[in-house]
Amino acid sequence: MPLSLLKYGLRARHVSFRDIPSTPELKRSYDVVIIGGGGHGLAAAYYLSNVHGIRNVAVLEKGYLAGGNTARNTTTIRSNYMTEESVRFYKEGVELFETMSRDLGFNVMFSQRGQLTLAHSEATMRSFHLRAEMGKHMGTRIEVADVQTVKALCPHLNLDLGGQHEVMGGLWHADGGTARHDAVAWGYAKHASRRGVEIHQRTEVTGFELAGGRVTHVRTNRGTIAAGQVLQAVGGLNGQVAAMAGIRLPIRCFPLQAMVTQPLKPFLDILVSSANLHTYLVQSSRGEVVIGGGSDPYQLASTRSTLDQKEHLAEGALHLFPFLHKVKLLRQWAGITDMTPDYSPIMGASPLRNYWLDCGWGTWGFKATPVAGKRMAETIATGRVPDVLQPFDLRRFDSFALLNEMGATAASH
Amino acid sequence: MTERLPLPWGSRLDRTQKIRFDFDGRPLEGFAGDCIASAMAGSDRWILSRSFKYHRPRGILTMAGQDANTLVQLPDEPNVRADLRPIAEGLKVTAQNVNGTAERDRSAVLDRLGRFMPVGFYYRSFVGPGAKSWLKFWEPMIRGSAGLGKVDLTAGHGHYVRENLHTDVLVVGGGPAGLSAAIKAAEAGAGVLLVDLNRELGGALTYARFGLETAEAEATLKTLRDAAGKLGNVRVLTGATCNGWFADNWLPVLQGETLYRVRAKQVVVAAGSHEQPLVFRNNDLPGILLSSAAQRLMRHYAVRPGRRAVVFAGNRDGYLTALDLLDAGVPLVAVLAPAADASGNPLAKNLVERGVRIIPDVTVTEALGTAGNRHVRAIRFSTPEHGTQLLECDHFVVAAGYTPSYQLPLHAGAKLGFDETSRQFVLSNLPQAFHVAGSAAGYFELKSVLRSGEIAGATAAREAGHDADLPAIIPDASAARMNYFQPLYAHAKGRDFVDFDEDLQVKDIRNAVSDGYSELELVKRYSTVGMGPSQGRHSALMTARIVAAETGRTVGEVGITTSRPPFGPEKLGLLAGPNHVPYRHTAIHADHVAGGAKLTPAGAWWRPLHYGGNGDVHKTIADEVRLVRDKVGMLDVSTLGKLAIRGADAGAFLDRVYTMAHARQPVGRVRYCLMLNDMGSVIDDGVAFRLSETEFYVTATTGAVARVFTDMLFLNTQWGMRVDIQNATAAFAAINVTGLFARKVLEALGGDIDLSPDGFPYLNGRSGVIGGCPARVMRIGFTGELSYELHVPQSFGAALWRKLLEVGAPHGLQPYGLEASRILRLEKGHIIIGQDTDALSTPDELGMGWALSKAKTRYLGKTAIEARGKLGLKRKLCGFELPEGHGIRLAESCLVLRDGRPVGFVTSTCFSPTLGKWIGLAYADPRDATPGSSLHIRGLCGGEVRANVVPAPFYDPENQRQEM
Repeated sequence: MPLSLLKYGLRARHVSFRDIPSTPELKRSYDVVIIGGGGHGLAAAYYLSNVHGIRNVAVLEKGYLAGGNTARNTTTIRSNYMTEESVRFYKEGVELFETMSRDLGFNVMFSQRGQLTLAHSEATMRSFHLRAEMGKHMGTRIEVADVQTVKALCPHLNLDLGGQHEVMGGLWHADGGTARHDAVAWGYAKHASRRGVEIHQRTEVTGFELAGGRVTHVRTNRGTIAAGQVLQAVGGLNGQVAAMAGIRLPIRCFPLQAMVTQPLKPFLDILVSSANLHTYLVQSSRGEVVIGGGSDPYQLASTRSTLDQKEHLAEGALHLFPFLHKVKLLRQWAGITDMTPDYSPIMGASPLRNYWLDCGWGTWGFKATPVAGKRMAETIATGRVPDVLQPFDLRRFDSFALLNEMGATAASH
Repeated sequence: MTERLPLPWGSRLDRTQKIRFDFDGRPLEGFAGDCIASAMAGSDRWILSRSFKYHRPRGILTMAGQDANTLVQLPDEPNVRADLRPIAEGLKVTAQNVNGTAERDRSAVLDRLGRFMPVGFYYRSFVGPGAKSWLKFWEPMIRGSAGLGKVDLTAGHGHYVRENLHTDVLVVGGGPAGLSAAIKAAEAGAGVLLVDLNRELGGALTYARFGLETAEAEATLKTLRDAAGKLGNVRVLTGATCNGWFADNWLPVLQGETLYRVRAKQVVVAAGSHEQPLVFRNNDLPGILLSSAAQRLMRHYAVRPGRRAVVFAGNRDGYLTALDLLDAGVPLVAVLAPAADASGNPLAKNLVERGVRIIPDVTVTEALGTAGNRHVRAIRFSTPEHGTQLLECDHFVVAAGYTPSYQLPLHAGAKLGFDETSRQFVLSNLPQAFHVAGSAAGYFELKSVLRSGEIAGATAAREAGHDADLPAIIPDASAARMNYFQPLYAHAKGRDFVDFDEDLQVKDIRNAVSDGYSELELVKRYSTVGMGPSQGRHSALMTARIVAAETGRTVGEVGITTSRPPFGPEKLGLLAGPNHVPYRHTAIHADHVAGGAKLTPAGAWWRPLHYGGNGDVHKTIADEVRLVRDKVGMLDVSTLGKLAIRGADAGAFLDRVYTMAHARQPVGRVRYCLMLNDMGSVIDDGVAFRLSETEFYVTATTGAVARVFTDMLFLNTQWGMRVDIQNATAAFAAINVTGLFARKVLEALGGDIDLSPDGFPYLNGRSGVIGGCPARVMRIGFTGELSYELHVPQSFGAALWRKLLEVGAPHGLQPYGLEASRILRLEKGHIIIGQDTDALSTPDELGMGWALSKAKTRYLGKTAIEARGKLGLKRKLCGFELPEGHGIRLAESCLVLRDGRPVGFVTSTCFSPTLGKWIGLAYADPRDATPGSSLHIRGLCGGEVRANVVPAPFYDPENQRQEM
C-alpha cells in the first residue's frame, strides 16, 4: 500500500483535498479569459499560471467542469499520424502525458500499453507503411506488424472475419495509450487554481464587445468582464462562440458516439482498432470494454445517441472478438465534434488581435490536451505562435494550404 | 432444499419437476420455474456475490433483475442476473469477483482496509516511486482486481435474429397500468404491442398486495388478463425488455435471442417504479431485502424470507408486506415504523390485532451481521423514547419508497423534477406521442393506477387516429406518503451504502463534494456513483439528497445524472444481429474459381488475383503480363462502377461533375472522366461513353462508385437539371480483352460491329451484338495495348467469357488477374485513384493538367484548383527507376527525402517483367520531378537509394500499341 494512503487511513477524519475551488464572484477584469473549462482550457490555464506567471486568469465554463468532450471522449493517446507536422505536434503531446502524473501529483493513469490498428485491405496496409515510415523518421515508436505479430500482440483477436475482412496486418504504436480523461482536467484545474486562476462553472459566454480589432469585454450570464487576451477552446460549440466574436470558422459538427460494457475481468491489455470496420476497443482498468468508432454520417449539434450506431459498433466489435456476444452493454453516449475540412485542428491567431483559437479538434482532441494547452499558453504569454503550431493556422483554409491527414484520423481518434 | 410455502404461494413453480444445478461447486435443487436466486434462497443460500471493491457478501435485493448484487457467472456467460435467469438441469453457476467462493472469499480482507481507500484514492496514489511505476506495477495490480465476470475467450459468435415491428401503440410494462392502457387502446381499434420483462403479465398484481383484502386485486388481474387475451389486436411479448428510446419512437425490444426494432406511432410507458433501499450501516448484508423482493420471493417462488423477520414500514407497502409475511407464516419480530403515529393506521391496527409488535418513531442505524458479515443477525435502531435498541432477526424487509422508472421518458427528452411534498421524482415535459402511466406517473393506489393506464391508452389511441372516450383521473391520496426520507447522517463506522454496485458510502459522497466536486456529474465521475451495472437506479435519489444537503441546494436543483440507453443490460450479440458478412460475386465468378483463380476481396467484391492456383506466384504473374504484351489476355472488370446518365441535360450535367468537356462530346466517342472534390483533390476517374444525345454510360472506380452515385444525386438535387442518374453497376458484366491479337479475338466472336481500325478507332464506343450478346464495346484499356472493353447484361457475362476463351484459344487468349493488371498499368504509367493519389492530390501534381477543360466556366473543384494553383506546386508525382543492385527494401509508402526531410513517398512500385527493372511512381519535390533528375528514397528497413527520375509511361511512350 502506498504511504500516502496509509497516512490518510490513519487520520481520524477526512481532510478535504479541495481539488476544485467553488466558483467565486467574477472580477471586473482579467489578463486572460479562457472560454471553455475543458481539458484544453484548463491545461492552458495551468501553463499560463505555473510556467508563465500569468495568474490573473479566468476560466469560464458554461456547464460543469470538463463536462463536454473531455468527459465524453474515449481517451486514446497516440502520435501515429501521417504528416511531419502532425507527428511532431502529437509526439510532444504523448511525451507530456508520460510525465503528467508526476508533474501534477495527481494520478491521471496514463496507461501506455500500446495501440494496434488493423488493416483488412492493401490500401490500409499502404497507409500504415506510410505512417510507420513517417513516425520512425520523427522518432516515435511505431511499426507495421505482420499477421503473426498481430496475433502475438492480441492473441484473442479473430483474424479471419469470414474472409471478407481478413486481417492482413496492423500498425503497432507502442507509444499509444489511454488516460483517465477527467483526472487530466481535474489535475490541471487543481494546480491552476492554486496559482490564482479562477474557475467559473455555470458561466456562459453570451457575447463580446469589440473595438479596434480586439475583444475588449466578454459578456457572460453572470456579468461582463474586461479581458486582456481571450482564448477560445469550447469543443462542439467552437463555431457558435467564434461567430459571437464575428469569426467564421470552417467547422461542421458531427455527433460522435461510444459505448461501454459491464465490467469484465481484463482480457484485453492494448487498444485495438480497425480502420475498415470503423470500430475500436479498449478495456479500462475498471474492466469495462469501451467501444467507439467513426462519427455519425450527417451533421447534427446534438448529443443524442442512436440505435443504428450502437448496432454498427457491436457488429464491428464482434467481428474482431466474436466471444463477446454475450457480454452486456452498460451505456452509450455521444459528444459533438467540431470537424475541419482537413481533419486537423485550428490553433493560433484569429482575425482579432487578442483573440486566440484552439478548436477544430473533431474526434481527436483529448490526446492534444497537454500540448495544446502548453503551446497556446506560450502563444498568449509571448504573443508569438510557436513553430510547432504554425501549420495549424486558421488562414490555411483561405488558400487551401491544407494538412494531409484525411486518411489517418477518420476512425482512429 | 428447505421447505417452500404451500400453494397458492409460488405461482411460477412447477413443483412436480425438480431441477438440480450447482453453485460454486455445491449441488442444489430447485423446481422448474425457479430462477437461480430463488432456488438458492429456497435452499437457504443467500450469498450470491461479493461486492466490487470490498468483497462484501451480497444477496437478493430487488428480486427483479435491477441490481448488481445478483450478477453471477455461467460457464459461457458473465454477469448473469440470478434473479431472472431460470435454473436448468446441470447448470453450473459460480460467484463472480471472488478469490475463492462467494461463501469464502480470501479478498474479503479488503473490507477491513476501506479506511485506506477514501473516495478517489487512486488519483492521489500509485504514481511513484519510479517513472514507470504506474505502468509496470500499480496498474497491473489494479487490473488484476478489476471487473466482475469472466469471458469465455474460446466461444464463437452466437445466433441472433433481428425483426422490425410497426405498431400504433407500444405499451412498455404489463402491470395493471400497462394492461389497462393496452386494453383501452385496443378497444378503440389501435394495434397494440405490449411488452413486459416478466414471464407473465400482471406486474405488481402478481406479487404485491394492495390492501387488507387480496380478493379484489386477484379479480382485477384475472379480468385484465382475460380482456387482453380476447383482443386480437394486442400482441404480447413477455420476457421482453424495451431497452431504450430513440428518435421518432424507434425502440429496441429484447426478447431471448431476438432484437425487435419497433417503430411506434405512440408509446405508453407503464414500467413501474424502482423500490429504494434504506441507508444505514451494513444495509447491504444478505437477508436485507426490499419489500417487493420479499413479496416476489413468496408469491412467485414460495420462498420464505426467513424465520424471524423484522419489517421496516416507511410506507404503506411495509405494512402490506408484513401482512403477507404473517399470511405466509413467517414469524414477525416487529414492524419498525418511522412515523410517530404509526399504530394509528388501519393496516397497523390489523397487524397489532394479529399480535405483531409495532415500534413507532424509529430511526434504523445499523445492521449486525453473522461472522464475516455473511447474513444479517440483528437490527439496531433508536427511538426518542427508548434510545438505542437491538432486535435479533434473520431477515430485514425494507419499504422506504420508490423512484419512477424514468429511464425511457428521459431518453425521449422528458424532464425529471422533484416534488418536495411527496418527496418523489416527477416526470414532466413528455414529448409528443409519448405517455406515462401507473407508478411511473406517480400513482400507487390500484384504482388510480388502473385509471391512469386507461387514460394513457385512450390518449394514445386518439392521437393514433382512433376514437376513445377519455376517463377522468382518480386522485391518489397515498402517493404523497410513499417516500420516507430518513435523517441524513453518515454512520461513524461507515458501511452505510448509497451505491451497492460501487461500494460507496454516505461519507464517500460527502467527501467528493468537499474535495471540490460539487456538481452532481462531477460527484459521479469522481466517486463513480451510479456508474455500475444498475446505473444509479438505487443510488440516484440518495445521492441527490446528500449532494443537496452538502451544497445548500434542493434535491430538484441537484437532480440526477443523464440517463442514457440502454435501460438494462443488452447483449452485444443482439445488437450485432445475424453474423453475416455481405459479399458480391461477379457473373463470371464460378468460371474464375474453376479456372484456378486465387481470389482476393476488393471491398465487398471478390476478384481474381491471378490464375496460378498455389503454384509459383511470381512466375504466374510475370507470365500473365507477358501474355498481354505478346499475345492477348482478358480481365474481368465487372466490378467497375457503371452509371447511366440520361436526359436532355446529361452532357451539361457531366460537364459540371467532371473536369473534361462532355456536352459537345460526339455520340459514339468515349472520353476520360476526372472528378474532383470541392478542395480540388482528385477523387475518382472513369470514362464516359456517349450512347446518344441524351444518354451517357459512365464508369467509376470499384471502390468509389457508391459515393460517386450518391454525390451525383445530391448535386442534382441542388442543381435541378433534367437528368436521371442510375447506378447500373450490378446490371452489367464487363470484360477487357487486351493485347496484340485483341481485334482478331473479337472478330472471331462475330457480330454486327465494324471492328476495323478506321471504323472503330481508339477512344470510341459501339453498341451492337457481339458473340451473340447485346454489348457496349469501348476501345479503352489500362494496359497500353490494343484493348476492347465489352459490357454486356450480367446474365450474358459467363457465356461471353466462355465464348471468348473458346474463340481466343487459337490466339493464345487466357485470363489474367489483378496482380498482372497492376503491373501492366504501372508500366504504362497509369495512376490508380486512391493509391497514387491521397486526399490532397491535384491534377497538376499528377501531371494531369491536360484533363482540365480550359473552356468550361465551372466544374466541381475548379475554384479550389485555381486557388491552389496560385500556391505553386509543393510536390509532384513522377516516374522513377532504380539502378540494378540497389540493395534496399523498396515498397509503396517508402519516404522520399530531400536534405533529410520527407518531401514525398512512393505510391506504386514493382519489378517490371517487360522492362526488366524496378519502376515506380513517387511524390517528390517539384524541383526533382523532371526526367534526368534523381530522388533519395529510404527503404522500409532503412538504407537509402538514389533513384533516377524517368518519363512516366515507362512502356511505349508514343502510344503506338494501344492506338493501332
